[in-house]
Amino acid sequence: MNDVTQVLDEARQSIAEATSLADLEAERVRLLGKKGVLTGLLKQLGGLPQSERPEAGAAINSAKLAITEALETRRQALRDAEMECAIASEKLDVTLPGRGQGLGGLHPVTRTLERLCSLLCQIGFEVVEGPEVEDDYHNFEALNIPAHHPARAMHDTFYFDAHTLLRTHTSPVQIRTMKRRPPPLRIIAPGRVYRCDSDLTHTPMFHQIEGLMVDEDVSFADLKGVLEDLMRNFFEQEDLALRFRPSYFPFTEPSAEVDIRCVMCRGGGCRVCGESGWLEVLGCGMVHPRVFEHVGIDSERFTGFAFGLGVERLTMLRYGVNDLRIFFENDVRFLAQFR
Amino acid sequence: MKFSDQWLREWVDPEVPTAALAEALTLAGLEVAGVTPVASRFSGVEVGEIRAIETHPEDPGLRVCSVFDREGDAYTVVCGAPNARAGLRVAWARVGATLPGGRVIGRVAFGDVASAGMLCSAEELGLEDTSDGVMELPLDSPLGADVWHLLGLDDQAIEVDLTPNRGDCLGIAGIAREIGVLFRRPVTPPAVRPVAAVIPDVLEVRVLAPAACPSYVGRIVRGLDARAHTPLWVRERLRRAGVRCLGPIVDVTNYVMLEWGQPMHAFDLARLGAPIEVRHAREGERITLLDGQELALTGETLVIADRTRAVAVAGIMGGHDAGVGPNTTDVFLESAFFAPAAVAGKARVYRLQTDSSHRFERGVDFEIQDRAIERATALLIAICGGRPGPVVSKRAPEHLPARNAITLRASRMRRLLGVDVPAQEVAEVLSRLGMSVAAEPGASGLAASEAGAWRVQPPSFRFDLAIEADLIEELARVRGYERIPGRSPLGALKMSPRPEAVLDTARLRQVLCDRGYHEAITYSFVDPVNLGRLMPGVETLQLANPIASDMSVMRPSLWPGLLGALKRNQDRQVARVRLFEIGLVFRLADGKLDQCPKIGGVAWGPCVPEQWSEPRRAVDFFDVKNDVEALLALAGADGGAVEFQLHTDPALHPHQSALVLRAGREVGVIGALHPLTARALGLQTPVYVFELDLGPLCQRELPVYRPLSRFPLVRRDLSLVVARDTPAGAVLECIAGQASEVLQEARLFDLYCGEGLDAAEKSIAIGLIFQGISSTLIDEEVDAFVERVLIRLQETLGARQRGQRSSD
Repeated sequence: MNDVTQVLDEARQSIAEATSLADLEAERVRLLGKKGVLTGLLKQLGGLPQSERPEAGAAINSAKLAITEALETRRQALRDAEMECAIASEKLDVTLPGRGQGLGGLHPVTRTLERLCSLLCQIGFEVVEGPEVEDDYHNFEALNIPAHHPARAMHDTFYFDAHTLLRTHTSPVQIRTMKRRPPPLRIIAPGRVYRCDSDLTHTPMFHQIEGLMVDEDVSFADLKGVLEDLMRNFFEQEDLALRFRPSYFPFTEPSAEVDIRCVMCRGGGCRVCGESGWLEVLGCGMVHPRVFEHVGIDSERFTGFAFGLGVERLTMLRYGVNDLRIFFENDVRFLAQFR
Repeated sequence: MKFSDQWLREWVDPEVPTAALAEALTLAGLEVAGVTPVASRFSGVEVGEIRAIETHPEDPGLRVCSVFDREGDAYTVVCGAPNARAGLRVAWARVGATLPGGRVIGRVAFGDVASAGMLCSAEELGLEDTSDGVMELPLDSPLGADVWHLLGLDDQAIEVDLTPNRGDCLGIAGIAREIGVLFRRPVTPPAVRPVAAVIPDVLEVRVLAPAACPSYVGRIVRGLDARAHTPLWVRERLRRAGVRCLGPIVDVTNYVMLEWGQPMHAFDLARLGAPIEVRHAREGERITLLDGQELALTGETLVIADRTRAVAVAGIMGGHDAGVGPNTTDVFLESAFFAPAAVAGKARVYRLQTDSSHRFERGVDFEIQDRAIERATALLIAICGGRPGPVVSKRAPEHLPARNAITLRASRMRRLLGVDVPAQEVAEVLSRLGMSVAAEPGASGLAASEAGAWRVQPPSFRFDLAIEADLIEELARVRGYERIPGRSPLGALKMSPRPEAVLDTARLRQVLCDRGYHEAITYSFVDPVNLGRLMPGVETLQLANPIASDMSVMRPSLWPGLLGALKRNQDRQVARVRLFEIGLVFRLADGKLDQCPKIGGVAWGPCVPEQWSEPRRAVDFFDVKNDVEALLALAGADGGAVEFQLHTDPALHPHQSALVLRAGREVGVIGALHPLTARALGLQTPVYVFELDLGPLCQRELPVYRPLSRFPLVRRDLSLVVARDTPAGAVLECIAGQASEVLQEARLFDLYCGEGLDAAEKSIAIGLIFQGISSTLIDEEVDAFVERVLIRLQETLGARQRGQRSSD
């Protein structure tokens, strides 16, 4: 059976010499195919004496196994080599820029609105919305600002006709909500408001957040607590000082304007705070009994506070924007700074 | 309200620096807007007396004065003022003096005459804007006295921004009362004594509108010298209050107004014909005002009239006809209370905001008219001489504002403020504020402090004290809000419903941001001209008082604002713009307004930011369509079938715009801006826009689980040839119409026109993905389905498979 040994040796040799998977496949066919070498050897078995046949057959079979194994090993080796070759050819410059769409971002005013809302929602405030084209009743009358009230002069209202106007504050949403739902209430109303005023520090449209809490024992002390909490968390300054100054809004009594310690100079005096060390950021107060009367809430049983704050101002302070008008120019180079 | 600190301290002196006083006012709700020195510093200016005067030998325009100082020494001072005369005491800047602005006076020679300094005008001392002569000092001014100190110029003008409820502080009297209570100091007003009549003359007054004018007090004063000089101390106080001097009569009425808050008016008696009537104007009645302006009045306007015509718009401004001037000798003084409602709004209607209307609108003390007229008479006679007649007073008590007693409960105070205010403090503060405080009568036998309730009578000068909360505010603000410690509110921990089927707009914003869009916020009012280019003939809501004509109509779409923002960016050489906005649009339909929330976007520039490996390509319809599809996909697994239908919109490209429908309902529009529209708006193209209704977009379906198939996928690719204008959507719809529960997806993966096809044809390649739900699919099932689809496509759309000849 030298033939078998010889064939095996030769096969091992040729398998080792195959340099590609295609060569190897050709080799497999040559060795193991239907017309292959081993098949030829098997055919010769018939010419052997009966007694030798089993041994010779076994030898051929073991050669066949050995060749199969050799082929498989070689195939694996060739495949590994091929992959390595492919990998080598897949060299990249990983410092090249990535491909595809860039990221946009929220308008800074939205960002501030979302931030304020999420802080207030932590303590159970709920966001409500209202129309921007309002009627005189909701914007003024129900808020205890009758016609010809001097407070109307502070509002520079845009009118459509004698009774229809652009809301000058988000407070009408208070009225709409209180008419619809009984206390206890904890709501915030963010949105656009409009005043007929335009200069370096006023835009005819801006944003406010209105807050309202009505319950059986809500006090001015609670109002102070909530606003102190809100401002400190918004600016992430735990020791931020607030100053409540008595003021006047027809729909609250007592009323206050709230200053925060200048977040730019921390009270030392700078251009942003007009050297005063304080920044006026919001107005607030205890809901006026006449407002409760308008919406049918018993002011003996319930008390409440309301506040309204200017979103652009807080945004400017938070991010150091020193130009109010840029908010509404929508220059992509500005917007791209807020992702 | 602006006033001199010194003047205030004559009434009440808290003995603290001006800054502390200002801070106290601010923290009590009278916001101090500014504290400014009343004069720029000067020094070396002293009182001198001109004893002799002669014309300059060389220059007839100049005079040579012999000025004496305290020592009795005479100095020669050259002066050009026409009013320089012997006997005058003047502000003499001696050599070495420093005037405002740092000007140093040296020895100057005028021709041969050397001048020992200069005689100053008020202008040169920084006390007036313009002067036409040297400043005339009171004749009793001590010679040699330092003029800075003589005039009390170490003083500050305090300007208070008053809220509209505090009309009572529009006079020194009111501010002094506040300081009195804040510092717990007594307030001493100047003595006002009645001036007895010396002549019997009265002018008959008829108040025909007593509700509008419940109190009218008048008095004749005859024999005045209207050319007399207003004394320097009055002039200085007026000046420091920002009021111009206009002759002694007007100066006196202004002074009394600043002192007591009572606006007054003086008519020239010679130009009045009795009787005086307080009545409403006749519709269209004309009057020429003191400032020369002529008005046509409405019937709601209250006027003061004489026998023949209106002589003043009540509480706002006097008329020119009966105004006082330098030749006036007899006056009729008016001190009235006009009801706020009678004056409010009128000044704005006529665009006449005056010191007087400002006060009457807010409310003037209705018990002060007599005191004010006596004060004015005394001052007037002291300055101009004259003989007063009796005071005529018309009062209609039933029309005076009500001042009902208010019950104040300690318990309510605690509930509203969250702190207790000691009973003694309650009584003291309210009393100092001019209220009478007593124990609530219901709690007889107890002192107020024990009963825990008070009966409080608000004063006539406060128009903002009507209910208990008003009193509580008074106590809180006087005490100081800083003395109410903040606390976290307590409340029931109760959840509110949060419907999952309502999508938060934040999620929509996030999708677009992640796809490269920046959020814009544009004005809700837009330019009607540009709007007309975009939406010709659209019915809009117009502002009656826009701030500018290009911001005069409410947007009926988000596009005008977004395209405006795009234009600004293009003008600023930004290379690529993706913007979106969420907000209300304002649509009118049959005169009814709909305020509808929308989300809109605009895209222009390369499809992706310029990049090294992507081919450069401008954004196209399908890029933006995918953004819109992403928004719609948020509505849930199905969310109702979404359809895009070719659409005609005058602003959009006729072949590249589509209506967006969900479940058959129109929810938005997407498309390329029509090149003509873009040109009219000055935009570089192509520009793609979209706008969707936010309402339906935020209604989503809750996911419903469907089991996953465990069986192998089978795919069959169809290469279909259809007429070029057959919409792909029709092909897909036709396939979907042959519903099979095993067809998972029909995926359009290629589109081809050109060689090998008729020019009127196109080829669409669709991959059909099948997957069995309960068993492995067998080829026959799939083949049968494909067969059915092909037949249906052939029947409805004339489609054939590519490679086959058309059947006809």
